[in-house]
Amino acid sequence: MNVSYEWLKELVDVPVDADTLGEKVSRTGIEVDSVTHPDTGLKKIVIGKVVELREHPDSDHLHIAQVDTGDDDLRQIVCGAPNIAAGQTVIVALPGARIGDNVKIKRSKMRGEVSEGMICALQELGFSDSIAPKAYADGIYVFNEPLTPGSDALAALGMHDAILDFEITPNRADALGMRGVAWEVGATYGERPHFDDQPVVEGDTPITSLLSASVTDATDAPSYQMRIVQGVKIQDSPLWLQRRLWNAGVRPINNIVDITNLIMLGYGQPLHAFDYDKLANKQIVVRRAQAKELLTTLDGNDHELDPEDIVITDGEKPVALAGVMGGLNSEITPETVNVVIEAASFAPVNIRKTALKYNLRSQASSRFEKGIDVASINLALDEAARLMADLGDGTVAKGHLSASAIVPEPVVVPITLARINHVLGTALSSTTVAALFDRLGFGVEVDDDTFSVSIPPRRWDIHIDSDLIEEVARLYGYDNLPSTLPTTTMTIGQFTPKQKRLRRTRQLLEGLGLSQVITYSLTSVDEASQFTLSPAAGTQVAFPMTQDHAKLRENLIAGLINAEKYNVARQQVDLALYEQGRVFPRTQGHSRPEEKEYAAGLFTGNLTNKNWHQAARAVDFYYVKGVVEQLLRDYRLATPVHYEAIRDSQDLHPGQSAKLVLGEQTIGLIGRLHPAYEHAAGLPQTYVFELDLEALMQAPRTEMAAKPAPKFPSVTRDVAILVAQTVENAAVEAVITANGGKFLRDVTLFDVYAGKNIANHQKSLAYTLTYRRDDQTLTEEEVNTAFAKVTTALEEQLGATIR
Amino acid sequence: MDLKSKLEELFEQNQAKIKGLKDLDQLNQTRVELLGKKGPITEVLRGMKDLDASERPKVGAFANKIKDDLQGAIQERKHTLEQAVINQKLAEETIDVTLPGDAVVSGTPHILAQIMDDIEEFFIGQGYQVIDGPEVEEDHYNFEMLNIPKNHPARDMQDTFYIDDQLLMRSQTSPVQARTLEVHDFSKGPLKMISPGRVYRRDTDDATHSHQFHQVEGLVIDRHITMADLKGTLLALAQHVFGADRKIRLRPSFFPFTEPSVEVDVSCFRCNGAGCAICKYSGWIEVLGAGMVHPNVLNAAGVDATVYGGFAFGLGPDRFAMLKYGIDDIRSFYQGDQRFLSQFQQEG
Repeated sequence: MNVSYEWLKELVDVPVDADTLGEKVSRTGIEVDSVTHPDTGLKKIVIGKVVELREHPDSDHLHIAQVDTGDDDLRQIVCGAPNIAAGQTVIVALPGARIGDNVKIKRSKMRGEVSEGMICALQELGFSDSIAPKAYADGIYVFNEPLTPGSDALAALGMHDAILDFEITPNRADALGMRGVAWEVGATYGERPHFDDQPVVEGDTPITSLLSASVTDATDAPSYQMRIVQGVKIQDSPLWLQRRLWNAGVRPINNIVDITNLIMLGYGQPLHAFDYDKLANKQIVVRRAQAKELLTTLDGNDHELDPEDIVITDGEKPVALAGVMGGLNSEITPETVNVVIEAASFAPVNIRKTALKYNLRSQASSRFEKGIDVASINLALDEAARLMADLGDGTVAKGHLSASAIVPEPVVVPITLARINHVLGTALSSTTVAALFDRLGFGVEVDDDTFSVSIPPRRWDIHIDSDLIEEVARLYGYDNLPSTLPTTTMTIGQFTPKQKRLRRTRQLLEGLGLSQVITYSLTSVDEASQFTLSPAAGTQVAFPMTQDHAKLRENLIAGLINAEKYNVARQQVDLALYEQGRVFPRTQGHSRPEEKEYAAGLFTGNLTNKNWHQAARAVDFYYVKGVVEQLLRDYRLATPVHYEAIRDSQDLHPGQSAKLVLGEQTIGLIGRLHPAYEHAAGLPQTYVFELDLEALMQAPRTEMAAKPAPKFPSVTRDVAILVAQTVENAAVEAVITANGGKFLRDVTLFDVYAGKNIANHQKSLAYTLTYRRDDQTLTEEEVNTAFAKVTTALEEQLGATIR
Repeated sequence: MDLKSKLEELFEQNQAKIKGLKDLDQLNQTRVELLGKKGPITEVLRGMKDLDASERPKVGAFANKIKDDLQGAIQERKHTLEQAVINQKLAEETIDVTLPGDAVVSGTPHILAQIMDDIEEFFIGQGYQVIDGPEVEEDHYNFEMLNIPKNHPARDMQDTFYIDDQLLMRSQTSPVQARTLEVHDFSKGPLKMISPGRVYRRDTDDATHSHQFHQVEGLVIDRHITMADLKGTLLALAQHVFGADRKIRLRPSFFPFTEPSVEVDVSCFRCNGAGCAICKYSGWIEVLGAGMVHPNVLNAAGVDATVYGGFAFGLGPDRFAMLKYGIDDIRSFYQGDQRFLSQFQQEG
C-alpha cells in the first residue's frame, strides 16, 4: 500500500518527517519497505502556457511553441509531441533542468530553430507507464486546469510528496485504507485522527423508483448497499484527485472510476460503479452463478462461471463477478449518464477462490479476502455519491438500497493486567496499559485490574487477549522488553541415538576424504528411481515447477552424479563427494512414501595427484570398497555384510558392482557406473556407493565387552592356492574359516595373481592364516593339524591346487 | 731409565698417537695393543718385581694412573670418532623441510550442515531436544494445526508443492512442532525443542529463491514462558552465531501461528551498525521470525492455552550462511561445486 505523506497529514497530525515516520512505524506496527520522494533529482521544472504554435519549417512533425513560463519574454521551445496545441498548460523543463533518469536539459538548436527547454510528458519525470493517464500516452501531459506560468510544476503534480510503502501483512488489512493508516500513525504518536465527513446532498427522485436490490443468500453478501447518481458528466478528474491517485500508484481514468478508486484508497472499501442504463431489468440480484453461465469481464476476457462464484445480476444476466471485477456489459463509458454505486461485503473465501480461478486478483478482491471495516461501508458509499455528484455535475437519488446489512458493533475483549505482564515478562502498570488502549482509540473499562476493551469494527483483526497483548507490546515498544532466558524445571538436552549416528556417519565420511554435498530431494522422473536398493512406487508432486524437480528421489546417487556433471563441466575431475539425506520409496497401495536416511558417495579421477613425493593414485573399486568397509566397521554389525556381484544392472558396470547384503536384506550397493552410462552422460570413470543407514542402525550390533590383550604368541601359516578364475575370494575365505578350527584368529589375503606361469582360467591366491590360543602357547603339532584341515578342504571343496 | 720415566714416555708417545687416530677400528686395535696383557704397560709392570719394596706401591699407583689416563684418552677419542660418524649420518639424512607434505585428504562438511550443527549444539546446551519430522507432510500438520485454515489469505505467504489433496512437501518445519505438541506430556516437564530440516516451496530457482531450502524452528512451552524469554533466547542465539557484540531488535510482524509476532533484526556484523552494503545502510539485518505461540495452535494440539504458553521462532540456515559469508547465490548450496564447498573449513 502506497501511503501519501501529504494525504496522511490531512487525516492526522504527524509530528515528524516522512523518513522518520517510516522508520518509527516499522518498529511499532507495520513494516515500511521504503520511503520514496518522487521529486528526487528533479529541478527547474515549471508550469508553462503555450501561447503560440507554428509548424517547424524544416520538419514534418516538429512544432515551434512560444511558451509563457512566467518570464518577461515568451520562451521558444521546439516540441515533437503530436498533441501539443496553443492554449495548453504544460510542464516545461527549463535549460539547466534535470528530468527523470538524471537527464540534463540544455538550450539547443533543432534544425536551425532555437529551443530553450523542453515540454515534458509525465513519463519523462519518472512516472511509470502504468500510472500516467492513457490520454497522454503518446504525447505531453496537459493540465486540465489553469496554473500560474513559471510556478513549480512538481508541486502541481504532487511530486514534493513522499510515498511510504506499507507492507501490509494479512492481519493488518485495516491499514489498506488511508483512514486505517491514520489511526495506526495516530496510535504511534498519541494523536487522534480527524476526518472531515461531509453530508451527502440528495435529490428528489427516490432510489426505489429506479432500482431494486436483493441478496439471495446473506452469507455470500452480508452487507449490500447501493446508491444512484443521475445526470453525471463523465470527464477527467480534477488535478487534486489525479494527483492523489497517481501518488497511490493508481492510473486516473475518468471522474467516476477515479472516485471509486479514491474511496477504496481512503476507506479501504472497494466500490463498483455500474452504468444504470445498461442494467436490463433494473433489478439487482446477488446470487451464485449457474454452471457454465458466461460473463465477459472489464478486461475483455470471457469466463465460464460455476456455482462457487458470487455474481451480481441485473435480474437477467450477470453484470459483475462480485468483489472481483465488473462486467463489460455494464461498464462506465464516456456516454454514461446515470451511475449505480455498489458498496458491499462479500464472503472472503468465495472471493479468494474466484479471483484465483480466473487469475483476476486485484486491489478490490484482495481487500474482500482479508475483510473490510463493516462500519465504513455506508460512509464510503455516501462519500462516493457526494463526490460523483460534485465532480460530475449530477444528482444523488434519494435514499439508498440495502439488500442485506450488518449492524457494526464493537467487540468487547476482556484481559487482565496480570495476563499481559505474564505473557510479556513485564511489570506494566494499569495506567500505562489503559493509556496504550486509549491511543488506539479502543474504549477501556477497568475493574480490579481487569480491562474490558471495546474494539471498534475498524480493527476486525482483534478477537482474543493475545491480539490485545500484541497491541500493548508493540506500542509499549519491543526495545523496552527485558531480555531473560526461560526458567523451567530442568530439561536435558541431548541428541537421540539416531541423530548421533547420522552425525558420526557424516564425520567418518569426511575423515575418509569425502566432501559433503546437498542435492535436491525433488528430481526428474528418470533420476528418481535409478540406483534403488529395492523396487518401489514413486511419488510425484502435483504441479512441479519444472520437470527437473517433479518426483521424490528414491536414491542419492543420481543427485551426486548431477554434482559430478557440474564439476566435470568446470574442469574439476578429481572428486570424492557424499550426501547424507532422505530417500522416499513408496509401498504400492500407500499414498505416503517412507522416509529413509541414506548415505551415498561418488568418486572419480585421482585420489592423490602425482607430486614430487607421491605417484598419482586413481580411484578404483577396491578403494571405494575400503571406504565402505571402514564406515561399516563403525556400526559394529553382529553379522557380516556380504558382497554379491551385480551382473544385470543398466546403470552399473556388470563386472564391477555389487550389492551389500546383511542377512536377507540388501542394504547398499557399490560399483562403477556402466561404461555406456558414463559415455551417454559424458562422464569419466565413476565409482559410487549407497547405503541404507536405517537398516544399518536397526541391525544387531556386537556388544562392547573388554577382552584382555592376548598373553600367548600367535603363529602364522601361509597358503597359496590355484583355483578357477570364477572362484570368488569370499568362497575361499568361507572354506578356510569353516575349516580353520577354534584357534584360527585371522585370514588375510596377501596376493592375487593370474597371467604368466598360471594356466588359463586359473588364478593364484595366497593367504596368511593366524592361529592363537588364549590359555597356552600353541604347539607346532596343533598348528600343523589345523592347517592341514584347511588345505584338504580347499582341495576337496574348491578343487584348489596347493602351490 | 727408571720405570717411572718409561711409563711417562709411554704415556707421551701414545697419548699423541691416540689423538691422531682416524677410525674406530684403529682405535680398538691400539687399545688392545697398549692396554692388553702383551702390551707395554703390562710389561713395565712386570719389572716391578725388581724394585725395592718401598718403591713398589708408588710406582704401582703411578702405573695405574698412566693406564687410566690412556684408557680415558681412548674413551674420549672413541666418543669423538663416534660423534663424527653420527654427525655424518645426520648430515646425509638432512632433508628440505620446506618441501610440501604428502596429500592426506579429508572432506569438508557442507556449510549449511555446519551452521545447522552449530545451532543444534547451541540449543542442546540450553536443554532443548532436537526433533526430526517427515518432509512429506499432511496439510493438517503443515497448515491447519498451525492456525492456517484452507482458503486463508495467509496461505499466500507460502506456495506449496502438493502431492495430493492431503499430502504435501512441508513448507516449513513447524509441523514437527505441531506433532510434538500433540503428544508431549506436560506433567513430565516443559517442552523445549528445535526442529531442523529441509523445506520446500513452489518457487522458481534463482539467485535468491530456491524450491528447496532449510529451516530451524524452535518452540518452548511451559506455564511461565514470557516474551522477554523469547528476546533473551534470540539475543543469545544471535550472539552465538554472529558474534558476542551483536544486539537484536524486534519489529511487529504477522505469522498465523504466533501472536504477538515479530521479525528479528540483528545489528550488522560487518559494520557494527554504522551502515554498509550488507545491511543496506540500515545497521540492521533481518534474520528470523518469532512470536508467542497462538492459543489456537495450543488448543488444536490439545494443550490448555489458559495454563500453558510460550514462544516459537524460525530461522533459515541458507539465509544465515549467505549473510555471514557474503554468498550471493542460493543455488551454490545445491550445485555441489567442490571449489565452492571446500572453502568452508570447519570453524571452532
